[in-house]
Parts: sequence; structure tokens; C-alpha cells
Amino acid sequence: MNIFRQLLVKPWLTEQDAALELQDDRTFSLPTPMLGLRVFLIVVMVFFTLMISAFTERRLFSDWHSTPVPWLLWLNTGILVLSSIAMHWAWTNARRERMDGLRLWLSVGGILTLAFLLGQLLAWRELMALGHFASTDPANAFFYMLTAVHGVHLVGGLVAWSRTTAKIRRGSKADDVRLSVELCTVYWHFLLLIWLILFALLLLT
Amino acid sequence: MVDAAQDQVNFVPPAEVEEVELYHPKSWITKYVFSQDAKVIAIQYSFTAIAIGLVALVLSWLMRLQLGFPETFSFIEAEDYYQFITMHGMIMVIYLLTALFLGGFGNYLIPLMLGARDMVFPYVNMLSYWVYLLAVLVLVASFFVPGGPTGAGWTLYPPQAILSGTPGSDGGIILMLVSLALFIVGFTMGGLNYVVTVLQARTRGMTLMRMPLTIWGIFMATVLALLAFPALFVGAVMMTLDRILGTSFFMPAIVQFGEQMEYGGGSPILFQHLFWFFGHPEVYIVALPAFGIVSDLISVHARRHIFGYRLMVWAIVIIGALSFIVWAHHMYVSGMNPWFGFFFATTTLIIAVPTAIKVYNWVLTLWRADIHLTLPMLFALAFIVAFVNGGITGLFLGNVVVDVPLSDTMFVVAHFHMVMGVAPILVIFGAIYHWYPKMTGRMLNVPMGHFHFWVTFLGSYAIFLPLHYLGFLGVPRRYYEMGDTSFIPDSAQDLNAFVSVIALVVGLAQLVFLFNIGWSMVKGKKSGPNPWRATTLEWQTPETPPGHGNFGEALPVVYRWAYAYGLPGAKEDFVPQNLPPDQVMAEGGEDLGAPAAQPAE
Repeated sequence: MNIFRQLLVKPWLTEQDAALELQDDRTFSLPTPMLGLRVFLIVVMVFFTLMISAFTERRLFSDWHSTPVPWLLWLNTGILVLSSIAMHWAWTNARRERMDGLRLWLSVGGILTLAFLLGQLLAWRELMALGHFASTDPANAFFYMLTAVHGVHLVGGLVAWSRTTAKIRRGSKADDVRLSVELCTVYWHFLLLIWLILFALLLLT
Repeated sequence: MVDAAQDQVNFVPPAEVEEVELYHPKSWITKYVFSQDAKVIAIQYSFTAIAIGLVALVLSWLMRLQLGFPETFSFIEAEDYYQFITMHGMIMVIYLLTALFLGGFGNYLIPLMLGARDMVFPYVNMLSYWVYLLAVLVLVASFFVPGGPTGAGWTLYPPQAILSGTPGSDGGIILMLVSLALFIVGFTMGGLNYVVTVLQARTRGMTLMRMPLTIWGIFMATVLALLAFPALFVGAVMMTLDRILGTSFFMPAIVQFGEQMEYGGGSPILFQHLFWFFGHPEVYIVALPAFGIVSDLISVHARRHIFGYRLMVWAIVIIGALSFIVWAHHMYVSGMNPWFGFFFATTTLIIAVPTAIKVYNWVLTLWRADIHLTLPMLFALAFIVAFVNGGITGLFLGNVVVDVPLSDTMFVVAHFHMVMGVAPILVIFGAIYHWYPKMTGRMLNVPMGHFHFWVTFLGSYAIFLPLHYLGFLGVPRRYYEMGDTSFIPDSAQDLNAFVSVIALVVGLAQLVFLFNIGWSMVKGKKSGPNPWRATTLEWQTPETPPGHGNFGEALPVVYRWAYAYGLPGAKEDFVPQNLPPDQVMAEGGEDLGAPAAQPAE
């Protein structure tokens, strides 16, 4: 039953009881961990929305000097897109119970993510070499902070990724890890989306 | 669907909730220390929150000593006083109230009241407590670093929060911000559990609209907290970077001790927006669980169904939604555009509508009910009075023209202590008196409880009513001492001394309560499984206190809402939610098909 219709039920009327008894007890027909992840993603989305609104609010002032965006970020963005695709392939393989493909693409996804994080650090080094430190200008501070919090979220994803990888290495069947791989994939796509928004905002300033 | 249901009146399919694989503790450590059982985690949360709350209580005594008897206590300097205020406020709002309502009552009551064996992610739930404990320890550590804890006021406004003129700007402020960040991480872990458990792990027949209002309050408060705490998190992260790395998120160009500082280009007002985007929902994070719990206390102890259940649920949801668009009413004096002030004043006053609906419904539940003046009921009644009082002064302060002159006076202090100090804490006491028998199998001692109630209730009024008056006189808040102020009469000082003496007495009465908790655990009267003859599932467990897995072999099946009190023709004046329909009526009673005489909404 639709959640809004559920809120219209008059629970004090006994006539309805039998109809209610037949009702499924879950509000959403999703696996519990998937709902947990979605709720978590909403929290993360609020977190990034607030950071972005702080950033855009500050940008409106006339004394704003944009931070130059290192070209490396384009490469990094490409790598992150590829890692997301690799994770998606891993999930597809998990659904089709092809363990070899799952193993391969899951590893590729993880390695590409590590490459992205390394690339971000190199971009930071490049900026610092040009004298753009976090303390010199609010725009720089926002640049470092936004890239850092995105990176930290990816590192958290890598923890889940490494646990899934370990499970597969210990010989779990595709059935047992399919949900874990799906959760990782959803999380990766979500962080890719966040990154694309952040990157666009950094380029626009 | 209705046709199909007609044949099935007495047939209820067995619970289809998958039997979760419960984690079974193997040793004493995993059973009582690193426990994954929500009930143990709830008690861990509660004890930690009450322990740190006692620290805040002592801090309030020290503040009152200084305010009541200035220039008497040489060990309280102005710096110390600021540190006391800051830590008292922060501890009470976040580390006590939020943690106790959601971490304590949420963990204990959600699985039990919904007929679940445990939270859906027990391991994450355990982590949530330990991260919370770490946050508390970091907070306590700030008392012992050089310079002491931060004295920036509980709102931690920059730039002063991190400038060297503010007490605790060395280590104190950093530890404060780190502790807040940890708290939020820990809370998010717990919050995911509460939300997903309510949505997915209810037992068969426990539809959303059959949930007790306690669960609705805790559920909605958790949703608010999950959406609001990120704002504080963002603020804390950015201020930490300002303090440690010298970034300028919140720091404008500033001259300190005649020297231009390195900062420049930051926006202090941005922090205020972030803080209050969290800070106002926080009021309802504390209030909504209290609303929910008090609804259930009133219904059980007045032996009557709650009046207007659906409206009560909707009011909770509407209050939750509105609480996100009122935050700037805390910032009327920050120099904002008057049109903003108009907008936020309007939304603030609109919140009074669903809130008033709730108050009317509580009173209408009591109307001609069979009121039992048990301890939980006394606290619930006291809550209604205190909350109405604090809510009405909120309407005053919600108007820009009234707020501007009263801002930063004792009137504001009196208002928010009434509405989110006294009122929710009265509910916490009522809830402890109500559920203690389920947690321990014994009743709390009644004479000690009466002493505790009357001193606390009358005492809180003796403390906070005079503060309203002092606020009208213009006595400012956050002042270490008033000195000679021409517009404040000397008699204000006598009133301050009176308030301080009462504050000490009320504080001491809480020690009686704590003693009662310990004493009754050993010597209290045995309660049996359902001493209040209540309908909700937590009172129907096979064991008291409930064992591992809560409900023995099979999960309960729910047949009705949580407020079936005084059904005509029923065997008892209450019908538990899980009592099968064919066992409800006394011999020769009416057929269940006829709905009981209850008012339609």
C-alpha cells in the first residue's frame, strides 16, 4: 500500500482489521541493507548540498578569486567514470553468476578508484606548487575541502569494496556477494554524480 | 481486497518477517560490553548520557552560584563562567537530551514496541554507541587541556570562538568541534538503524498507523536529526579548518591586539545559518520524542484511547517538515533583510498550529478519563503545563519586533529552558518511571518519586518564572556579573539569589531520583510483566526484563492499534495489541464485528 494511503488509515475502526492483517509489514519492498544505503545516501546528499550552498553563497561576493582548475582533474574525472562503469560490470557479472568476470571487474573498479584518489593528490600538489594554499584564499579553501570530503567518501567506499573483495577471495558464491556488489555499485554511481556536480561548479567559477 | 478480507476475519497468516539471524553473544564481554543487543546498547547510551548530564548539572550550579552571589566565589573567574555556560548548554542539548531520547529510548523501545527481535543492523548499532562514548570522552578531555574547554557560548559563533581572547581557544575549541563531529558520525550510524527498523522490521499487522505515538515521535525526530546534523557537521569541519589550517571560511579580515591577522574573506554569518539550520530542528529532535512518549503515558494512565490519533501523527510529521524553514528566527538581530525576518516570523507562528493541535488532543484525552495520578502521569501533566508555558513565550520571541528588545536577555534563557529543558526532561523522568519496571522487573519507589516530582516541578517554575521577569527588566544573558546598571533595580539581585538557592535544591532532588534508581533495582516491589496494564507490545514479552530476541519463540502478531482501552464488553479495560480477536470479549459480550463505540474523527 502506498505510504500516503497508509497514513489515511483509521486504526481505531475494527472493521478494517482483517484487511490490515494481510498487509505486508515492510514499507518498502527493498532488501534492508539497500534501504539502509539509500537513507545514508540521503544524509550524504544533504551534507554535500550544504557544502555546495556555502560555496555558492560565498562565490557571490565581489572579492571572489577563482582557483585555477588543474587539467589533471579532467583525467581524474575520466578515471572515475571508468571505475563506475567497471563496478557496474562487476554487478552485471554477479547477477549472471559469472565469478571470473565479477572478480576481474571488481578489482578494476577498485584500482581505478585508487588511481583517481592518487590523481586528486597530484592535482593538490600541482596547485600548491603554484602557491595556491588553503589559507591564502577562501576559493582555495573551498577547493581543497570539497575535493577532500569527496575523496574521504570514496575511501569509505573502498573499505566496503575491500570487504566484498575479501569475501569473494574466501570463496563466497555469487549469490552471497551479489547484494554487496550492488550496494558498492550504487554508492560508486552516487559519488560519481556528486563529483560531476562538484567538478562543474569548480569549472564554472 | 475488502471482499477477500471478509472471509479472513479470524484467520491471520503467520508472521512473514524473515527470522533474522540474531547475533548470539559468546562471552560476558560481547554480552554486556561490546553488545549488539539494542536493549543493552540503550542502557549504555542512557547511563553515559546521564553521567555527562550530571557534569552539566554541576556546571549549572556553579553558574547559579556566581549569578546569585557575585564576588563571593573566588574560584569562579569570568573565563570559567563562560566555559561553564558553553559546556552546560552543549552537553544538555546534544550529549544528554539527543543521546538519551534517541540512543536510549529509541534503542530500547523501537524493537520492543514494533515486535522486532533487534535493530536491523546490530553491529552498526554497537559502533554507534562506542563512537558516541568516544565523543563524550573527547568532550571531557577538553576540561583537562591547557586553557580548558571552550568558552565561546554553546552556539560557538565565529570569529570569537577561535580568537585568542576567548577562553579555551587553544585546545578546547578543537576538541569541542572534533567531539561534535564524532557525535554526528555515531548518531548517523544509530539513526540509520532507527529509521530502517521502523520502516522494514515491524511485525505482522503492525501497520504504520498502528504504531504507538512514542515510535512516531522517535522516528520523525531521527529523520530530522539525520537531515539536520549534517549542517552542524559542515560547520564544525569548516571551523576546525579555520582554526587549524588557517583557512578563512568564517573568518573575516580581523585585527587582534593591534595586529592584522592572517585571516580574510570569510563569512561569520554563514556559520550562523549552518548552525541554526541544525539548531532549530534540534529543538524538535528533542521535543518530538517527548510528544510521542507523553501521548502514550497519558493514554495508558488515563485508561483512554488517545484523542485524534491520526491528527497526532500528522502533526508530528508537519512539525518536522516546518522545523526546517524557521531557523533564521534565531538570527533576527544578525542584521538580516527585514523581508527574511517577516518570512521566518510567519513560518515560526505557523508551527504553533500543529503544536496546539497536539496540546488540545492531550487535554481532550484527559477529559472525563479515568485519570490515575501515578508518577508517569504526574510528570506527563507537568510536561503539558511547562510546554505550553515555554511554547507561548516562543510565540512572543517568534515576532521580530518583540524579539529584538528581548534578544540576549534572561527572557530568552527562561523561554528555551522551559520549552526544551524542563519540558523534555519531565518527559524523560515520566518515561523512566513508566518503563523502569520493564527494564528491571521492579517498580521505582513511590514516596521518593513523589518527593522528586514535586521538588522538580515546583522548583523548575520557581527558577524559570523569575527569569522571565528579569528578562523584561533587561538583565542580559551570558553576563558574568551585572555590576552597576542604572536600569536594573537592586531587587533583581535578590531574585537572582533566590533562583540560585532553588536551583541547588532542585539539583539535589535529582540525587534522590538517582538513589531511587539504584535502590529500587534491589529493593523495589516486583512489578510483574505489565504493571500499568498497557496494550503495547513491550509489555507482552514472555520475560521481564525482555530476554535476548525479545519475544521468545514466535514474533507477536498485531491485531489492533495501541490505544484499545475501555472497550465495552471486553474482559479487561485494555486489550493488548497482540491479543487475538476471538479472545477479546467477555462471555456473552458483543460480537467483535460491531465496532466499539469510539468517536469517529
